[in-house]
Amino acid sequence: MKPVYLDNNATTRVDPQVVAAMLPYFTEQFGNPSSMHAFGAEVGGAVKRARKQLQSLIGAEFDHEIVFTSGGTESDNAAILSALEAMPERTEMITSAVEHPAVLALAAHLEKTRGIKVHIIPVDAKGRLDRDAYRAALSTRVAVVSIMWANNETGTLFPVVDLAEEAKAVGALFHTDAVQAVGKIPIDLKSTAIDMLSLSGHKLHGPKGIGALYVRRGVRFRSLIKGGQQERGRRGGTENTPGIVGLGKAAELAELNMHDEVTRVRSLRDRLEKGLLQRIPNTFVTGDADNRLPNTCNIACEFIEGEAILLLLNRAGIAASSGSACTSGSLEPSHVLRAMSVPYTAAHGATRFSFSRENTDEDVDRVIEAMPPIIEKLRDLSPFWQGAGEAPAAFKPVYA
Amino acid sequence: MWDYTDKVKDYFFNPKNAGVLAGANAVGEVGAISCGDALKLMLKVNPATEVIEEARFQTFGCGSAIASSSALTEIVTGKTIGEALALTNQDIADFLGGLPPEKMHCSVMGYEALQAAVANYRGEEWHDDHEEGALVCKCFGVDEGVIERAIRVNKLTTPEQVTFYTKAGGGCLTCFEGIEQVLARVNDSMVEDGLITAEAAYRIGSVDPRAMKAKAQPKQLRQPKVDIDRVMAARPSADVTAAPAPGAAAPAPTRMAAPAPRGPAVSPLAPSRPAAPKLTTLQKIKAIEAAIERLRPYLKADGGDCELVDVDGDTVQVKLSGACVGCQMASVTISGVREKLIETLGIPLKVVPV
Repeated sequence: MKPVYLDNNATTRVDPQVVAAMLPYFTEQFGNPSSMHAFGAEVGGAVKRARKQLQSLIGAEFDHEIVFTSGGTESDNAAILSALEAMPERTEMITSAVEHPAVLALAAHLEKTRGIKVHIIPVDAKGRLDRDAYRAALSTRVAVVSIMWANNETGTLFPVVDLAEEAKAVGALFHTDAVQAVGKIPIDLKSTAIDMLSLSGHKLHGPKGIGALYVRRGVRFRSLIKGGQQERGRRGGTENTPGIVGLGKAAELAELNMHDEVTRVRSLRDRLEKGLLQRIPNTFVTGDADNRLPNTCNIACEFIEGEAILLLLNRAGIAASSGSACTSGSLEPSHVLRAMSVPYTAAHGATRFSFSRENTDEDVDRVIEAMPPIIEKLRDLSPFWQGAGEAPAAFKPVYA
Repeated sequence: MWDYTDKVKDYFFNPKNAGVLAGANAVGEVGAISCGDALKLMLKVNPATEVIEEARFQTFGCGSAIASSSALTEIVTGKTIGEALALTNQDIADFLGGLPPEKMHCSVMGYEALQAAVANYRGEEWHDDHEEGALVCKCFGVDEGVIERAIRVNKLTTPEQVTFYTKAGGGCLTCFEGIEQVLARVNDSMVEDGLITAEAAYRIGSVDPRAMKAKAQPKQLRQPKVDIDRVMAARPSADVTAAPAPGAAAPAPTRMAAPAPRGPAVSPLAPSRPAAPKLTTLQKIKAIEAAIERLRPYLKADGGDCELVDVDGDTVQVKLSGACVGCQMASVTISGVREKLIETLGIPLKVVPV
């Protein structure tokens, strides 16, 4: 039976058209774009085309606002470190409790080693940012705000356009980790006050190891990787030309498929969610159901543990993901679900299904059929399960 | 994806003895839903013979927690209470053909549930002495609590000693700085308590970890004895903090200070070892070849493989292939191979991948 891949927030299949576009840049078009000969010139043109394709996808005003990097984590690091270096008189930063480790681990490191004051803005039970706490933290001491566009675990969208305006008012730079958002929802940077944006190739059917950082024209920037004059001196190192070409093609395809993403993919996700909620008791959707990515569904099942769910799903040929502690080797469940105060009884049993344009109706049918008996089996094994509806004390309908 | 053995998978997918045991007279409950792991072990003990006649479990937890629980019920059925108390978490892991290092705590949970159930049967109160802390050594699955206790009880003042007593740092040594920090912190408080002198306390940076690796090697010299059943012990996943915690029956001074359950104690303070046998070069190469051949099935079970390329003096060149290539644990595999070779041949050897 064909496997059902529903872990597209982890990574996506590289589109065959992307692979085809990349291949010549390993072989005949192997030149270094910096070279002063025909080999370099052709490749230089390809890099420029990719930059334009990406510019179009994220609605940047200029193509030179795109800096190619090795991926989302490098982009996040480059943006935050640049802002702090460019504005040494400002010694604070703001981020949220549900950011990716690429931001949170860096923030913790900066706090420890450089004495940067980090404001971590909490979220409510639906994963929505505490706007009052955000406003309270903003001041002229803040160098940079880094708030994700969409959360990787729940898909919850953050009002980054508004948040950026508020940051601009105090002169702070606004960075957004949009790794999960780019290619899944329309983005038009030129109409916003967002200064920097991180994106990653492999989340939108592009290759791994390539990403980009958008840096608005005029934003003071200090390169993270010191080296040659590549990327206008903003990122040293010979360009990953096949990766860049692949990312460009992936961006073009994402733009072409944007309508499909926000209509058909969304309806697949919604059907899966409804189907599971109807068939499985003591189960609820986490995150802001009305305001999230069209492809992400995070469902928490009470009294069972996520890794066990994933192993059984995997045996049924279904690939999903979990915020459970056991899948990461730590003892704490997902920091995102904990920040949302999802009770422990359910946080360990949260399962994320994330779709892409390659998923079908049949995939949804398969999961709806496979999931209920899996949950039932594990609950039968669980010492905490007392039967549907008989443990209302721990069940908080606020998340439903 | 975790690297579970087929037996772990089997016990997870088709758990034996799951569910409530009516009429259980020994019940042990450990763990908590907040930790993501909880086990309720139910035993029916014959009061006349003290034989465990039936065992069942209920587990909230990951695949290996469910498998460990089920394995435990299989292991204890038919055993007397006394026999059951002698079991360690390593017996559960061994029964399953090994567990990934990060998952060894699942077998510890089984061990603790058994202790709790026996205490319950005897009408005693069981105290959970399982201290959780950050995982310091990932190769051997040693957490901060274990290291702290070993330092305090045994008055350890060097990172080498920490490795000897807890195995933390015996693998890739990426955790060296973590060990240093715990050691310095605990030593400081020991100085305050008057347990050690300020001069003896460890200072961060006073040991060069590059020197430490070589120093730590002699501990791996064990009796030259081949026991294929224990080859699994060469794998880091099966060779973890295995000494029993203070049980209801025979309280040991500390979990880590107790001798390892298998083989002779490896404490550096007891360096009495048999002299290594003299081997000709040909004998040596043949013995190395045979030892590697015996290891290969275990590597193959994990999708990897290893072959002998050359022996140059005391340096054994091996080639790792299959899943071993590019595996983050490859260096651990190499040190496991080395440990096994040293154990078999009884002479110090260096194993290098080519």
